[in-house]
Amino acid sequence: MNDLIVKTVTKLIMPFIQLYGIYVILHGHLSPGGAFAGGAIMGASYILYTLAFGIHEGHKKAPHEITSKIESGGILFFIGLGLVGIVSGGFFLENLSAGFPPGVVGTLLSGGLIPLATFAIGMKVASTIVTLFHRTIEEEMYD
Amino acid sequence: MKKSFVVFVLGGLLMVLLSSIPEMPPMGNVNNPSFNQVSEYYISQAIADTNTPNVIASIITDYRAFDTLGETTVLFTSITAVISVLSGKKMTSIMKREDSNE
Repeated sequence: MNDLIVKTVTKLIMPFIQLYGIYVILHGHLSPGGAFAGGAIMGASYILYTLAFGIHEGHKKAPHEITSKIESGGILFFIGLGLVGIVSGGFFLENLSAGFPPGVVGTLLSGGLIPLATFAIGMKVASTIVTLFHRTIEEEMYD
Repeated sequence: MKKSFVVFVLGGLLMVLLSSIPEMPPMGNVNNPSFNQVSEYYISQAIADTNTPNVIASIITDYRAFDTLGETTVLFTSITAVISVLSGKKMTSIMKREDSNE
């Protein structure tokens, strides 16, 4: 596909889609949305880029080596957050009683474990969607 | 014979299931069994327990965080299955072969 209008519009709106995805992820503990919705928005922006520019450009934008690292790192970070509760003498995935800073209710940095876990899951969902899409597209192109 | 037996069994099951619909409590009623002390506790204690105004986020990543860990594990397993099934060769070698053909 080689369409100038599609490519230009994609280049224009892609930063806004990603900004909105990051906003939904980071405000997951304050407003509707959260990790899964924000991660889907982030992944959709990369899917749009791959659809407009082709698999080679999309693979340069989000290489498998990096997305697979983010993918594994997200779940390991989440498990590590849970292990903090055990180290501090409580239960697995304990929040405020495990010593996470509570912050002020309603501000961005509040809620202890919740923003960190939302960020980890959001990154993981985004990289999962991108990796799945790229894998299936590759097989269609090269077989 | 076999077909009529299947129709009879499935039709009977449909009748049993349909007959239970009028017995269900009305939707959104305060006296429904789903409005028990658990939901009351979440709504009244979520801010005190987790310092988060979004009750859904506090349930997903605090009260039911282990369930969310399971969901992310499902994502991880799905992508592992897709990669192991679909990618026989490395992407870089495929791209090199494609470039040399051109």
